[in-house]
Amino acid sequence: MEIISIFILCIPLFMFLLLGLTGMKMSHKLAGWLGCLGMGTVLVLSYWTALSYFFGDFYTAEGTRATLVLWNVDWLQFTQNLVIRLGFMLDPISAMMLIVIPTISFMVHLYSMGYMEGEKGFQRYFAFLSLFSFSMLGLVVATNIFQMYIFWELVGASSYLLIGFFYKLPSAVSASKKAFIVTRFADLGFLLGILILSYCTQTFDFIDITSAAVANYEGGVASYTGPFSGILTSFSGMTFLGASTLTWALVLIFMGGMGKSAMLPLHIWLPDAMEGPTPVSALIHAATMVVAGVYLVARLFPLYLLEMSAMNIITIVGCITAFYAAVVACTQIDIKRVLAFSTISQIAFMVTALGVARPEIHEGLGFMASMFHLFTHAMFKALLFLGAGALIHAVHSNNYTAMHGLRRYMPVAHITFLIGCLAIAGIPPFSGFFSKDEILSAAFENHWFWGAWLMMVAGLTAFYMFRLYYMIFWWKEHDCSHHTPHDAPAVMNIPLIFLAAVSCVAGFIPFGHFVTWNGANYDIHLVPWVAISSVCVAVLAILLATKMYIKENPVPDRLADKFHGLWTAAYHRFYWDEIYMWITHKVIFQGVCRPIAWFDRHIIDGTMDGFAKVAQWSSLQIRGLQSGNVQFYVWIYLVGALALGTIAWLCLL
Amino acid sequence: MIFSNILIYFVVIPLVMLGLLFLCRDIKQVRTVAVIGSTALVALSVYLLFDFIHLRQAGADAPMLFTGSWMWFEPLNIHLALGVDGISVAMILLSAIIVFAGTFASWKIDPLPKDFFLWLILLSTGVFGFFISIDLFTMFMFYEVALIPMYLLIGLWGTGRKEYSAMKLTLMLMGGSAFLLLGILGIYYHSAPEGGQLTMNLLEISQNGAIPHGWQTFLFPITFVGFGVLGAMFPFHTWSPDGHASAPTAVSMLHAGVLMKLGGYGCFRVAIYLMPQAANELAWIFLILTGISVVYGAFSACVQTDLKYINAYSSVSHCGMVLFAILMLNTTAMTGAVLQMLSHGLMTALFFALIGMIYGRTHTRDIRLMGGLMKIMPFLAVCYVIAGMASLGLPGLSGFVAEMTIFVGSWEHTDLFHRAFTVAACCSIVITAVYILRVVGKLLFGPVQDEHHLSLTDATWFERLSAVTLIVCVAGIGCFPGWISNLIHNSFLPIIEVLTK
Repeated sequence: MEIISIFILCIPLFMFLLLGLTGMKMSHKLAGWLGCLGMGTVLVLSYWTALSYFFGDFYTAEGTRATLVLWNVDWLQFTQNLVIRLGFMLDPISAMMLIVIPTISFMVHLYSMGYMEGEKGFQRYFAFLSLFSFSMLGLVVATNIFQMYIFWELVGASSYLLIGFFYKLPSAVSASKKAFIVTRFADLGFLLGILILSYCTQTFDFIDITSAAVANYEGGVASYTGPFSGILTSFSGMTFLGASTLTWALVLIFMGGMGKSAMLPLHIWLPDAMEGPTPVSALIHAATMVVAGVYLVARLFPLYLLEMSAMNIITIVGCITAFYAAVVACTQIDIKRVLAFSTISQIAFMVTALGVARPEIHEGLGFMASMFHLFTHAMFKALLFLGAGALIHAVHSNNYTAMHGLRRYMPVAHITFLIGCLAIAGIPPFSGFFSKDEILSAAFENHWFWGAWLMMVAGLTAFYMFRLYYMIFWWKEHDCSHHTPHDAPAVMNIPLIFLAAVSCVAGFIPFGHFVTWNGANYDIHLVPWVAISSVCVAVLAILLATKMYIKENPVPDRLADKFHGLWTAAYHRFYWDEIYMWITHKVIFQGVCRPIAWFDRHIIDGTMDGFAKVAQWSSLQIRGLQSGNVQFYVWIYLVGALALGTIAWLCLL
Repeated sequence: MIFSNILIYFVVIPLVMLGLLFLCRDIKQVRTVAVIGSTALVALSVYLLFDFIHLRQAGADAPMLFTGSWMWFEPLNIHLALGVDGISVAMILLSAIIVFAGTFASWKIDPLPKDFFLWLILLSTGVFGFFISIDLFTMFMFYEVALIPMYLLIGLWGTGRKEYSAMKLTLMLMGGSAFLLLGILGIYYHSAPEGGQLTMNLLEISQNGAIPHGWQTFLFPITFVGFGVLGAMFPFHTWSPDGHASAPTAVSMLHAGVLMKLGGYGCFRVAIYLMPQAANELAWIFLILTGISVVYGAFSACVQTDLKYINAYSSVSHCGMVLFAILMLNTTAMTGAVLQMLSHGLMTALFFALIGMIYGRTHTRDIRLMGGLMKIMPFLAVCYVIAGMASLGLPGLSGFVAEMTIFVGSWEHTDLFHRAFTVAACCSIVITAVYILRVVGKLLFGPVQDEHHLSLTDATWFERLSAVTLIVCVAGIGCFPGWISNLIHNSFLPIIEVLTK
């Protein structure tokens, strides 16, 4: 297992170097198949690793799933205790991610063979995909928080490179820049959180940190001053601005997660990131990288349990974001943007689920639900994005105003997209229903308000997804005067069919057997009234969407006119981008950078030049004395002699 | 016997090169001499590194190895005293690599290639001499040897307002050395507080016992500022933007890559090591100044339009980080400072080399007049992106290692003052990303701005060699930082020992 786990990380890295350095000399085909071959191997190896972990005999004495550290090497030593190690950790959530990431990544590799065919920079594209897969795998198997931070930055960079893949388009360039800077800003919080946490606990190691917290929790009381607190004792009694140090650390770390997972108010980069090639959006900005924030919180979950204030912040951020993104998604006309906002909204579901999870409520059901939803969402959202890619490929436009009525021409895309929509809307027996239902149950168990709120958002989700679906595939007959759209080639259809199949059956996985917060076994059961009411809400929303969008009619426009203000605001995403633009351009650039640059040139440098001027001026003044005029010299001599004589005389007196 | 000491060859090789360069008749011979000499320096410094590590592993635990001392001027007890610890070894390696890369970057220097290389090699003599000396006077002498050629190199081969910049740079740095000379004399006359022979030898001064406290509080600020001017400390940094903007490529590389490191190196080797009490008491003043440097330089870089100005201000920010970390006065942060010196040296040299290559083609450094270079010169553009990523601290490249070591080290101070400044310094990672991506987006990506640029060619073999050398080093430190970090870390223990006494 050790050797295989090394290969899981090394193959994508090697592929990146190979394709990056020698790709220019390869043909497109060769580069593409090499990339696919590399990822395919990783897929097999990581499936093998994950499955042998789940079905192998890796249990602790208490019967919970054990955490395995396959290898862990010192990379950089800061102090006696603080060492960055690079390692490979297997526990339920990382093993689950070892299934998700290679699956999606391999499907995207395969799909890209068709989608990116003939694009300039095809080799570079596959090199970046490999780099991303490497970084993402490194992130999820991290044994310590600093390793996670390292790969966290690397996924950010590969995301930057892939969003800006079409580097000649100014919009792609600025989108990539925006994505990097916004997430960088969030990472500042993450970094400060790591600094606080590691200073207090004197370790970066996840196992050290969380096992102390878990032991503590089982001690009965959720406090870090209890008898089991271990390394967490150092947190006791330390506060800053009214909040405890641990809260600060956890909230700051969550800020990093908010950046990557596009939570309000750091979400603005994700819709713009759709400028990247569509398969990239499917891989990075829907299925894997954007859930890194959720994964981060899940990783430190036992620690978050110690600070209810941090948990409440997570819940609130999640709830607000889920609603916000769902509302905005109802008004967008760019198919990828609708999907982007729906991604934000669905990730917010996962975040909220973590926020409402409590060990005393169904043994941390929220945690399990969040991970379950992460899994199913990755599959159906990648499916939707890849489907959108096939549509864009067929009609050469992102706007669904150019699509309409495509069901006749693209049957495969149509059926798979419909399955994706049903899954995300939460219709049984598709996968989204099961995971969303668990989230809703967990939320209701915590407080009815969260549950009701999320159920309303789930209704909105069903509505905007079917609005999208009808607008693309129904609404009116397709205008075939330019060319007739047709289904994509097989390399693109196979991933669609595979992911659709997974979305149909993934819900029946007994997820509680595999992934729970403390590794204990948990039997999933549907709560009947939650399940029934959530299905009712979804069905009603779908019916409403059907009524409004199945055929061309003026109702949507009339509604938009009626709620003109709201609709416009939602269409402009409630002006977050404008606010950020104003802050960066007007406040930071014009208000800080320019004055500082001016100050430097004119005040600081002016002073230095001033010294030079003064020296020059005085030497010019003194120069006048050396005139060469003998009478002047004699005169000065006489005056000087007289003055000295007088002084001498006065002194002698 | 003086020539049995390996260190002396770091000065002898450049001197021999100078002699040979005098004899050269055409540019081919000049290149041959320069390439052979700089390769020899790289080889020698690599050998020194392995030898040093080997000796340390064999149990040599003196603070300095390869020590040797030869009387030079008896009345003032001045010696040619040599010795290195892990930090000097690392700095020597850095200097050799940058001289090597700089040689290839100035392959087609025009006019007067012979004279250019003469001055360049003289400059590097000074640099190497500084890093191998442990006698204050010899250090100072080599320091001056490194500074003076700068005036001619910028004044003759520079661009833009070169006379003004050369004058400004030289005068400001000379102002710094005036402080230094005062400081060194002060140290000398208090080097034996308990009686005995006055000395300029660093190790002897530190063994002789502390310099009287009153004098320390006077001498520490003087020496720190003296070296700080070269380290581009706010508000004595303004020579840097003008100087770098006017300097020819290889000079910018050497200056930002190595010469500015002399400042940081001197700060802990002389100011802090010899005046530890004053350092503990007065560090906060300079911490404020350097903390300002870090953020101020980064903000200034955000609105510059000249590529060299952007990197000059970015250097102010990064070098500010070096001094900032040194002033944290703990092993981790100071190790980070030296890592940052190495990292900044390599990546800024890379930046300036690339800017020189781009300028040589487009004849402009104004980012508003360029765009889409990725399409025209992919190799240079990719290198530029890598340099940018190193600068904004991407893991796997050297900047990340250095910055993280500094931040973790700085965080060990628990008081609000240090914490606040550490947070401010951390903020620079965001601002750095802003200005780096702004340049990368404007310069390399987007549509081609100027039709004339379409006919330009990509890098030649010597330019590629220069850039690839530096990239390999940047990535080498970034991927395998452990060994070099340990090397530096252990060398700080004697300094930390006197600080905590």
